[in-house]
Amino acid sequence: MFLMLTLLSIVVFLLFNAVPTDPARLTCGKSCTPEVIAANRIRLGLDQPLLTQYLEWIKGFFVGRTYGTGSATFECSRPCLGYSFRSGEEVTTLIVNAVPVTMYLALGAFTLWMVVGISAGIVAAKHQGKWQDRTIMGIALVGYSLPVFFVGLLLLIFAIVRWNVLPYPDYEPPFEDPVAFFQTMLLPWVTLAILYSAYYARLTRSQILETMGEDYIRTARAKGLSERVVFRKHAFRAGLTPIVTSAGLDLAGLLGGAIITEYIFSLPGLGRVAIGAVTDYDLPTITAAVLVSAVFIIIANLVVDILYVAIDPRVRIT
Amino acid sequence: MTPKDNVILEVKNLNVEFTTDDGVVHAVNNVSYTVERGKTLAIVGESGSGKSVSSLAIMGLLTGTNSNVTGEVFFNGKELVGAHPDEVRKLRGDEMAMIFQDPLSALHPYYTIGDQLIEAVLVHNKISEEAARERAIEMLIKVGISSVEQRIDEYPHQLSGGMRQRIMIAMALINGPELLIADEPTTALDVTVQAQILELLRELQKEFGTAIVLITHDLGVVADLADEVLVMYAGSAVEHAGVRELFYEPQMPYTWGLLASVPQISVKKEKLDPIPGSPPSLLNLPIGCVFEPRCTFKNQVANNACVEKFPELLVVSQNHEARCHLSESQRIAIRTDRKIGKINK
Amino acid sequence: MTTPILKITELEKYFPIQGKGIFNRVVGNVKAVDGISLEVFPGETLGLVGESGCGKSTAGRSMLRLIEPTAGTIEFNGQDISKIKKKELVPLRREMQMIFQDPFSSLNPRQTIGDIVGAPFQVQGVKPEGGIAKAVQGLMDRVGLNPEHFNRYPNEFSGGQRQRIGIARAIALKPKLIVCDEPVSALDVSIQAQVLNLLDDIQQEFGLAYIFIAHDLSVVRHISDRVAVMYLGKIMEIASQENLYRAPLHPYTHALLSAVPIADPDLERSRERILLTGDLPSPSNPPSGCVFRTRCFKAQARCENEIPQLRELSTGHQVACHFPMETTGTTLATGADFATK
Repeated sequence: MFLMLTLLSIVVFLLFNAVPTDPARLTCGKSCTPEVIAANRIRLGLDQPLLTQYLEWIKGFFVGRTYGTGSATFECSRPCLGYSFRSGEEVTTLIVNAVPVTMYLALGAFTLWMVVGISAGIVAAKHQGKWQDRTIMGIALVGYSLPVFFVGLLLLIFAIVRWNVLPYPDYEPPFEDPVAFFQTMLLPWVTLAILYSAYYARLTRSQILETMGEDYIRTARAKGLSERVVFRKHAFRAGLTPIVTSAGLDLAGLLGGAIITEYIFSLPGLGRVAIGAVTDYDLPTITAAVLVSAVFIIIANLVVDILYVAIDPRVRIT
Repeated sequence: MTPKDNVILEVKNLNVEFTTDDGVVHAVNNVSYTVERGKTLAIVGESGSGKSVSSLAIMGLLTGTNSNVTGEVFFNGKELVGAHPDEVRKLRGDEMAMIFQDPLSALHPYYTIGDQLIEAVLVHNKISEEAARERAIEMLIKVGISSVEQRIDEYPHQLSGGMRQRIMIAMALINGPELLIADEPTTALDVTVQAQILELLRELQKEFGTAIVLITHDLGVVADLADEVLVMYAGSAVEHAGVRELFYEPQMPYTWGLLASVPQISVKKEKLDPIPGSPPSLLNLPIGCVFEPRCTFKNQVANNACVEKFPELLVVSQNHEARCHLSESQRIAIRTDRKIGKINK
Repeated sequence: MTTPILKITELEKYFPIQGKGIFNRVVGNVKAVDGISLEVFPGETLGLVGESGCGKSTAGRSMLRLIEPTAGTIEFNGQDISKIKKKELVPLRREMQMIFQDPFSSLNPRQTIGDIVGAPFQVQGVKPEGGIAKAVQGLMDRVGLNPEHFNRYPNEFSGGQRQRIGIARAIALKPKLIVCDEPVSALDVSIQAQVLNLLDDIQQEFGLAYIFIAHDLSVVRHISDRVAVMYLGKIMEIASQENLYRAPLHPYTHALLSAVPIADPDLERSRERILLTGDLPSPSNPPSGCVFRTRCFKAQARCENEIPQLRELSTGHQVACHFPMETTGTTLATGADFATK
């Protein structure tokens, strides 16, 4: 895993720093004079060779680094992810403030879609071919096909603007103002959940139908186990693996920032930060955002692999 | 109905139909037989004969599918077909058990064999888990698994096919059932392993007094284990006899066909005598004798009876019934002519 | 002395086992076929039997170079074909064909029967008299299929019929040798007999040699002239059908035959049976010396240290064993041919 992280950091770094565009030029927007650019270049250490820049960057994670020389130095304490001239803050601060929001969004939506999706999938499987199955799968098909921005905007327009059911989203951390928190997060959660629960409903249904047809289910019934136990212990657990894998990766992807949703609902999460950085050409921030997102995914992959082994003994290497 | 003392299972006019998109499939038609305590009945037939379906119906494993089971099945005097599914479920795994053909897919891949055995015990017995584990260990030793303490915590994929089938047998017999239905238990196994498993079944039957219904297509296996044989074809029972009577004095053309068409290991036949044609579709069974389209002898029967009239199960001698319009003298003549079975008189 | 149509010498097929780790080093081999030698003569049927894991299917494919052997020589009609280029092998494929076990997966479901049976003509560039379509219909008729069905797809046929299609394809170019890999195992008993009779008839008509791979010993007895018994990648015994089944000399053959139940209740229940103990060893780690020794009722110290070679003990009867069974007075497990007990 460490090998992956190292490779990842190199790739991300090169992606953004080995570009033809001069990063120093990007530090100060339109009102830039060549002197400012040159000064910034030195301060950011952009005049150093690439390898040195990379190592300084890495060093920043663990120890912190110093930008500039002489009177214009400033400390960037660890873990230093870079310095954003555009916002005048350490990137770490920006990200650290944004991550909790994204986390709440992701975890909340995750819980919602897993509960709804899997339950719907189970109901559909149990009533295969009948109206419950067809209805659920029909709704799932629609939910799966609607793009996030469409659903999000639709909900925004109707729930907030037209019908005034909810106030305009104004994010407050949950422990400071729980009411505002829930009012703000509800629609984003639902928006994401609609899409994902549709997917999980379909996945769960097909997994259950497949496992219920297996021979070991017949054996379980032959032993005299009740249908409920057969379903729960034997069928469901056997079908779990792809669901777990998918869930882990989807969650990880979201933790890197649900860009569209955050944007529509004005949530100050990682996605917003990333998009803002892109439009502002804020290189250090973009780099850091991408890195953080990628790290989440690598960790999630590892966790999913471990879970896989815990669930399915056939994968274990004795 | 009071149970006859020596009969553990009595099947009367069992019918199983499946409703499918293509029509109604008549999988089992008016099948009747009895199984005595401690004895083995072999049900012989090819695919589509209904041998597996009839057993699944008896065990109540067809509920929930689009099947329609009618008739009467008495297990230890208790009627099963009309009974509540939960009643039948309580018997399953406890007083009547079933093992299947492919032991790898029949065991759950995610649970240890110990867990699966313990589950089989606990579902019918209110004892502690330790006690259940003790029983599981005992049973595994009985079926000939070595290094039981180690194996019991292993997973099915870590064991060989023969071992898995032994475990299936252990799991089926762990609660001491009075009836064991074995559906092609050795078909997927190598011949040397098959011999071991058949020997195991024989020993366990002696020890526990379990009646066995052995479903197979292998006549050698039948000759090895069976006390009585029921031959099924296209959903009907076409011959029912004691094992010696079936092999030495078979009375029905399908049975003749089976015996003549199977190569024997003990003697090299010059030519195999295959049964022409193929089994009928169960959607569209003929009105008359179900074997008639492939029967070489139908012309000997007067009035086109084979085509028009479904033959009754005629009693040929004590312990021997056959569903055929041919007269006894005709049958003896044919058998003598073609050297089928052993001719005594 | 006739030239064998196929002769293999010390044929080996090892499958490498890759270790984990970055470089996936080869840490061992699954020795599926571990040095087998045999001959098949024109017009005869050599049965190749053994239980699962003995390597018979792999051997069958390696013999025709459908999978590349890792060692050994293959001579087809006197010509060494072990190392010739694939291009040179193509014309030889007219002479050697294969029929497979599973009638459901060995036919391409997207091709019509006409395409499947006609493919050999097209691949080999052979133009039969009257055209390919006519030849295909002739073949279909020969194997007992209705020639008018050549436009149908495999899924419209039953298992037995699909096997016949496979046979029609195999005989299209009138080969000299056909390797049949468990051709009747997946079929119902009453259909089995039909297909076996067909194979018999075709053999007579075309003068074919068969290598008949199967695990069903009764079927092999019926169709073979000579039989070879394999265990864990090695040949244990080769003999004429009669000698092998009446008086097997190798303990494994003896146990194997003893295990097959006979469809005769009195005989079956009175005969002596030998039950093998233990389990099949892993082919990636076969026992030293004789591979059968871990389960052999005659094993002794010598069996552990010395690999028994295949020796001819009587005419045409080869055995790889240090302590073969006695030829006289053996209680034959199969019973019927001579007295039991």
